Amino acid sequence: MTPQLLIAAALCLPLLVAVGVALFGKVPTLREGVTIAGAVALFAVVIQLTLLVAGGARPELYIGETVPGLAIAFKLEPLGALFALVASGLWIVNSFYSIGYMRGNRERNQTRFYIWFALALSGAMGVAMAGNLFTLFIFYEVLTLSTYPLVAHKGDAAAQRGARTYLLTLLGTSICFFLMAIMWTWVVAGQRLDFIEGGLLADAGLSPFVSSALLVLFVFGVGKAALMPFHFWLPSAMVAPTPVSALLHAVAVVKAGVFTVMKISVYIFGFDLLQATPARDVLLGVAGFTIIAASLIALRQDNLKARLAYSTIAQLAYVTLGALLAVEAGALGGSLQIAAHAAAKITLFMCAGAIYVATGLTTVSSMQGLGRKMPLVFTAFLIASFSIIGLPPFGGMWPKYELLQGAADASTAWIPAVLIVSALLNIAYLLPVAILGLMPLPGTPPAKEFKRPGGAPVLTVAAPLFTAALCVVLFMAAGPIGDFLRPAFAAGSVPGLEDLR
Amino acid sequence: MILEPVLTSAPDWAVRHAAVLVVVVPMLLAPLLALSPSNRLAWILTVAGTAAAFWFSLILLAIIQEVPGSAISYALGNWEPPIGIEFRVDALNAMILVLITGMGALASFIAWPTLAAEFKGERLNLLLCAFLLCFAGLAGVAATGDAFNLFVFLEVSSLATYVLVAMGAGKDRRALPAAFSYLVMGTLGASFYVIGIGLLYAATGTLNMADIAEQMPGLSGNRSVQAGLAFILVGLGLKAAMWPLHQWLPNAYAYAPGFVSMFLSATATKVALYSLIRWLFTIFQPDRAFESAVLQWVLAPLAMAAMVICSVQAIFQTDVRRMLAYSSVAQVGYILLAISVGTAAGVSAGLLHLFTHALMKGALFMAVAGICFAYQGSTIRDFAGLGRSAPFTMAAFAIAGLSLIGVPLTAGFISKLQLGYALLDQGWWWAAVVLVFASFLSVIYIGRVLQAVFFEPPLNPRKNNKEAPLLLLIPLWILALVNIFYGIDAGFPAGLAADGAAAALGLGAAQ
Repeated sequence: MTPQLLIAAALCLPLLVAVGVALFGKVPTLREGVTIAGAVALFAVVIQLTLLVAGGARPELYIGETVPGLAIAFKLEPLGALFALVASGLWIVNSFYSIGYMRGNRERNQTRFYIWFALALSGAMGVAMAGNLFTLFIFYEVLTLSTYPLVAHKGDAAAQRGARTYLLTLLGTSICFFLMAIMWTWVVAGQRLDFIEGGLLADAGLSPFVSSALLVLFVFGVGKAALMPFHFWLPSAMVAPTPVSALLHAVAVVKAGVFTVMKISVYIFGFDLLQATPARDVLLGVAGFTIIAASLIALRQDNLKARLAYSTIAQLAYVTLGALLAVEAGALGGSLQIAAHAAAKITLFMCAGAIYVATGLTTVSSMQGLGRKMPLVFTAFLIASFSIIGLPPFGGMWPKYELLQGAADASTAWIPAVLIVSALLNIAYLLPVAILGLMPLPGTPPAKEFKRPGGAPVLTVAAPLFTAALCVVLFMAAGPIGDFLRPAFAAGSVPGLEDLR
Repeated sequence: MILEPVLTSAPDWAVRHAAVLVVVVPMLLAPLLALSPSNRLAWILTVAGTAAAFWFSLILLAIIQEVPGSAISYALGNWEPPIGIEFRVDALNAMILVLITGMGALASFIAWPTLAAEFKGERLNLLLCAFLLCFAGLAGVAATGDAFNLFVFLEVSSLATYVLVAMGAGKDRRALPAAFSYLVMGTLGASFYVIGIGLLYAATGTLNMADIAEQMPGLSGNRSVQAGLAFILVGLGLKAAMWPLHQWLPNAYAYAPGFVSMFLSATATKVALYSLIRWLFTIFQPDRAFESAVLQWVLAPLAMAAMVICSVQAIFQTDVRRMLAYSSVAQVGYILLAISVGTAAGVSAGLLHLFTHALMKGALFMAVAGICFAYQGSTIRDFAGLGRSAPFTMAAFAIAGLSLIGVPLTAGFISKLQLGYALLDQGWWWAAVVLVFASFLSVIYIGRVLQAVFFEPPLNPRKNNKEAPLLLLIPLWILALVNIFYGIDAGFPAGLAADGAAAALGLGAAQ
């Protein structure tokens, strides 16, 4: 297949899945078979594309212009390939998990659930492969709107309230700030919005005031990156069924946000302009504050999913931090964090879901000693916790290493301190869950009986174990992934041949 | 050109007289309707009249597009202008004509199912006659090149509109005070306009617009011309529902019969806005200092006030139709803001938004008309759970609603983006801030309805819940799909708007 066809396939496969699910809605086995077949096919397509990108190619697909200067165009580069790979790969795992969870929990409206899920994946693919800001914005909003019914899935008052907060925050920030920034970029860049190596705005001759204003609008406008104070949608989205929290609110949606910030840093601003932008230092401070504050809040959450949500907010700020450092090591660290945190956090959420299906428990305090009855789930939880904290030999170590390197390169002395404190806080809020689960303090009453006879469904246990293993694999594979990503950042620091002539 | 087949297939007489036939055909059909023996025949004649007008305006547009920057001048009764009345069609009003005749044709299409339900067994031919007169009047405003003739057509359409709004009284008596206050306000607006014309006539001695425009450069600083402009601005502002002269609009739209609301929301204010653009840019050229001061310091603040205040008012409405009506006033604010920028990009963005707003507001009112007569209620609570019982109607409603918000891949997004670009290009970042904030407010008021429709259980499950009839669903979905299509490929309306702006500013062809 030609690269154009591959990109078109990556965008259309989730849509086909949605149609197939709608057609076979009455036959659950067939319906879920369609989802899994579609997910596997999508992953295969993305792998093909990634191999092309690794070979130095930049597959493109040009659809057309809506009005002159505003084109719908796709172009895959290493960062996007990594994000697409993470989202589509974990979709397979999550689909298996969804089957176990939704059936085990006897959720209603499962067909609707799978349809919107597939549409959300289409949005994520569009974000990953967008060739300009306009296309990215379109799919960014597709992702927002298609996940709203998933958050509101339960349909009760709490779900509706959570979903409303979710929608209004994401749409509000994107319309008020992100869209504004895009329009402004369009004006100052001379009616162009393309992602260009070295930065679209690098040669636009912006005054520090304009570039600062733009950066602030962009970073807060991408509400999906959940930078404080626009983070509260993420905890309210936790009313969604756990597979949604796992894939969308630990992987696809939030990673689409930080990925967008990374793209803006690398391809719209470029490292040189970003370093010369005064607002960057303030925003670095905001990111650092988000890391610490969200971790502190996580410490106080007894609801496991809420604790994980605040942990996600903190971990996402790592990526924003890496993007704003505007040095190669920082951007690399941020990008690695996209993959490493995805694998670890999806594991944690899937474990939380497995516990909920088996016992109906949602609070950390009630889970003490439960590990004796669910050893595999709690082991997976422990491994993923280690990865989040950043211990070797787990994938979460490398992003922190690279971020420290980047902080040194950018000579910002306070960032290493933030990272160290954050690691300690991670230990404090994550490890007790697994440790007290597996090794309860003496005197803890024995865990309750399973609510569901037979405990957690097999699929809900196998899926987190698989992703926990993935955390180890990511530790080993950090070298090749780094080599794959580096070409994306090279143009920023070294002047291109054209500039020298 | 897409429209070439229209021109090649049209007979010679149609091509030669299209500029006047677009007005005359519906105007002459209207009295015939009054004599029609049956409702059904009257309705068929209405559809035929509006469809014919739509065809004539497409021919006009095709002729204009053949030679970029050209204009058709038609001397009525062969009395050459400036002595006789001239119909003058260029890229600007060709676009407006296509828009209002197209929306009028769709409105006449849905008149049958909605009227049949709202006026069971009553005689409808007089109502349809009023509708066709209103239609012909609006087309006349758009087609004429004579300042006083414009006033006449404006009054023809307004008088018919008062009747149409009052016809809503059969269902809801509040239509009567709504029609009365519209009558008072509309007459005031018309009087202001005619006083303005009188002042200009005193200064220039002519009523032909092109002729007035020619004399303008010699009259800079003339007080009577300045006063004339002020009167015309207020008069047309009243007709266009410019904040704070909009008080007549919410009630008129809310209590009129369903298809009338749909037609008025898509055309009436649009035609007044067109006249405003014509006066401000073609006749009083904007490069004169007095005028640009008016644009910036009168229009822009009023427009922004409308965008914010009326959006907030829309949020607090319980009746969906009033909510949409307040939203219309806010959207008029968007268009006025674009116009007040005063550049070609600004006028082009304003025209594009005028076009897309007609598409989306028309679709929204059409869906509401389809729902209201089936359910006998138009509050948001009545809309609860309709997503299940009337999925096709409500899906189209949702598409148009998203377009109103300005979600990507809908027509509304493109026009708002163009508007934002025009503002930022002039360095009006404060206006762009208001623009995005008002868009956010529209998320809230549309979101309230959509949430009730798709996520709340029905208020009274035993009520007779069903889809709108097919005769309404077809035009509704045409509008909804056009909203999406122009969100993906906006080349056609954007080209029309750019050409129209160029014609308004006297720049010749856009490209």
